[in-house]
Amino acid sequence: MQFLRRKTFAHGVHPPDNKENTNTKSVRRMAFAPELIIPLSQHFGAPAVPTVYEGQEVVRGEPIAKANGFISIPHHAPATGTIDRIELMQTARGPKTESIILKVTPGASQNVLYGSTREIADMTPQEIISAVQDSGIIGLGGAGFPTHVKLTVPKGHTVDTVLINGCECEPYLTTDHRVMLESVRDLIVGIRIILKSVGAERAIIGIEENKRDAIKAIRARLSPDEAITVRELKTKYPQGAEKILIKTILNREVPSGGYPSSAGVAVYNVSTSSQLGALLPYNQGLIERIVTITGPGVKKPGNYLIALGTPLRFVMEQVGYTGSANHLILGGPMMGTSVASLDVPVTKTVSAVLVLTEQEEAEQIPEKVYPCIKCGACVRACPIHLNPSQLTLLASKRRYGDMQEKFHLNDCFECGCCSYVCPSGIPLVQYFRIAKAVNRENRERIA
Amino acid sequence: MAKQTVELRTSPHIRKAPSVDEIMRNVVYALIPICLFAIYQFGISALALIIVVTGSCLLTEAFFCRMSGKPNTINDYSGAITGMLLALTLPPGFPLWMGVVAGFIAIGLGKTLFGGLGYNVLNPALIGRAFVQAAFPAAITTWTPAFAPGRFVEFIPSTLALPFTKPPSIESWLQGVAIDGFSGATPLALQKFENISTDTMSLFTGMTPGSVGEGSALLILICGSYLIIRNMMDWRIPAAMLLGVLLTSGAFFMIDAVKYPDPLFVLFSGGLMLGAIFMASDMVASPVTPRGVLIYGLFIGFLTVIIRLFGGQAEGVMYAILLGNAASPLIEAVTQPRIYGAQKKVKSEQ
Ligand code: SF4
Ligand code: SF4
Repeated sequence: MQFLRRKTFAHGVHPPDNKENTNTKSVRRMAFAPELIIPLSQHFGAPAVPTVYEGQEVVRGEPIAKANGFISIPHHAPATGTIDRIELMQTARGPKTESIILKVTPGASQNVLYGSTREIADMTPQEIISAVQDSGIIGLGGAGFPTHVKLTVPKGHTVDTVLINGCECEPYLTTDHRVMLESVRDLIVGIRIILKSVGAERAIIGIEENKRDAIKAIRARLSPDEAITVRELKTKYPQGAEKILIKTILNREVPSGGYPSSAGVAVYNVSTSSQLGALLPYNQGLIERIVTITGPGVKKPGNYLIALGTPLRFVMEQVGYTGSANHLILGGPMMGTSVASLDVPVTKTVSAVLVLTEQEEAEQIPEKVYPCIKCGACVRACPIHLNPSQLTLLASKRRYGDMQEKFHLNDCFECGCCSYVCPSGIPLVQYFRIAKAVNRENRERIA
Repeated sequence: MAKQTVELRTSPHIRKAPSVDEIMRNVVYALIPICLFAIYQFGISALALIIVVTGSCLLTEAFFCRMSGKPNTINDYSGAITGMLLALTLPPGFPLWMGVVAGFIAIGLGKTLFGGLGYNVLNPALIGRAFVQAAFPAAITTWTPAFAPGRFVEFIPSTLALPFTKPPSIESWLQGVAIDGFSGATPLALQKFENISTDTMSLFTGMTPGSVGEGSALLILICGSYLIIRNMMDWRIPAAMLLGVLLTSGAFFMIDAVKYPDPLFVLFSGGLMLGAIFMASDMVASPVTPRGVLIYGLFIGFLTVIIRLFGGQAEGVMYAILLGNAASPLIEAVTQPRIYGAQKKVKSEQ
């Protein structure tokens, strides 16, 4: 039954996927920059605490900062070198962040020297979870939530199904695609680790139909009695959003304001899972990641394995881009962030560097913003089934409280579908971000 | 510290076409064939009426923008659409000066008073039409035959009536041009008041008297489909409205097939097609919620039939749409979509 094989969700949008520039390009390692910048906070939660001193020599893979509490992660040296200094540095997230600056030793062999083999089968779920924290892995899809926290099932909840997100529904991005083609072994090991730590029976890998080769590659490696299966999904944005994926594959809904575990589900991205599979058995930390670099102006578009902390300027030189930071977007075009400077480093959450064309940029800035003409396109696009038109009307009257109380503002996860379709060129998502920020402040003031 | 300008934009970084002016421009394109057919049908009087009414709308819009110090909005095409639609709902021999009044009221009262494009609660073209219907009840029900000989060289006498005078009687002119059997009544009026039915096929192809643009239901359907195919119009509204008409009139037809008209006749007569496709679907005055749109369309369809059958007038589309417009905030309020993850139990838990 065809319609069962290609599942999907209601609403959403179909932006042109623009993946053909990089989806057939194998992952290549990028050279080491002379200097790496490792922000202590690259994730959701408390910043890590440095464990090294200025002038200390470190080998590749050695821990250089430790987690500060449970919702925090450590960092590891992405290259063999010397700690130069620890100071405030600019990051893509905006405010300056305390960062460790590492001078890479020229000519060092850069084989990972740190780590030791261990048998995952002998470990308890608790041991696995703390091992995951030690590896410094966070959600590599972009959310940056520490993976060990996601592996910890809240008390009173049980997780019966693990979903592995291989949708990569954002246009241009191809890192997950390449991982599913090139690192199937690590991916499967990683999924088994996840199943063991959350105590779930089965895992389903959801992949959009525009990545049939990946679906085939993974299916070929799975034995029929495996707890892991692959499900082909329709290509549609935002298919890969956690809540949407749960709805699509399992037809369950995460209660408003709740966690996926309230619906008995846990969702992990394929790149994250494959890193778990690659690092955990060797007791190693996350020191590099795959980044899709694409867009016109990039002479050598592709998927690159880049040492964490590599400054964007160096990355862009390597791919032959000479323009300014104005045109760069970190992540995909629907949810990515633009950057203020080329001096920011690649961090654990950077899945792509995208350079849009002048033309696409010009289209992005509408010539003129019209009033809402109540066309309802946004209502028909919102995957959460909110009423963005109504929300915008309230935002223009600064009735931010009503937006939350009557129209569920906080359920908006800023996927951007509404702004994408609005013919009036209204920056709906921006309004919603402002409204949320104001509401947050008001709440804090009251509390 | 050296100052440096950086542009920071927030996601999403791409946008989908079409934009508002593109949609509006295409609506104008879709209306052009209908206007051309009307001119073919009714000659230079129709041409003059369309130009004058549209011009009046645009000038009014420009005037009010100037007065309120707002940027001129006439190039977003929405004023032109209002003008064209309004002209299409008037009788072909409608005095031009009354057309100017209609255009002024449509834009002035129907649109700018509410704050311009996007803020009007009711369809501006229909406000203009409703006004002249009340102000000039005779002129608006004076029909002339389609395909009158000489229609391309001479105006219908009433067209050129001087402002604030009673339009000259067209009786004698009618005698000259009328084809046998022309009674000065539209198929709808014939049906309603004399129970004479008109062949559905001639309604479909526009061979009957009526308003300028009520002409051919077929042509209007084709032009509407163009917009629907280009994804510039919500097909649900016309579909729901036509369905509403069919269901309601079908029910009456079943009750008494002699007294009540055949549903197909109802569907293709009068301004229904034009109203369903180009006026009820006006996004601004219709609900945004998917379920709301259905209810709104069905409601208008139902009202149209009720007014036609039981009201004092032969045509009910205009008032039905205006009532639908007025009801749409309410319809929207009761059809808010159920959001993902919403829980029924939430209240009892608190
Ligand atoms: S950004 Fe928010 S309101 Fe807009 S479509 Fe996405 S979830 Fe809905
Ligand atoms: S898409 Fe834009 S114009 Fe259309 S209803 Fe939504 S906010 Fe209004």
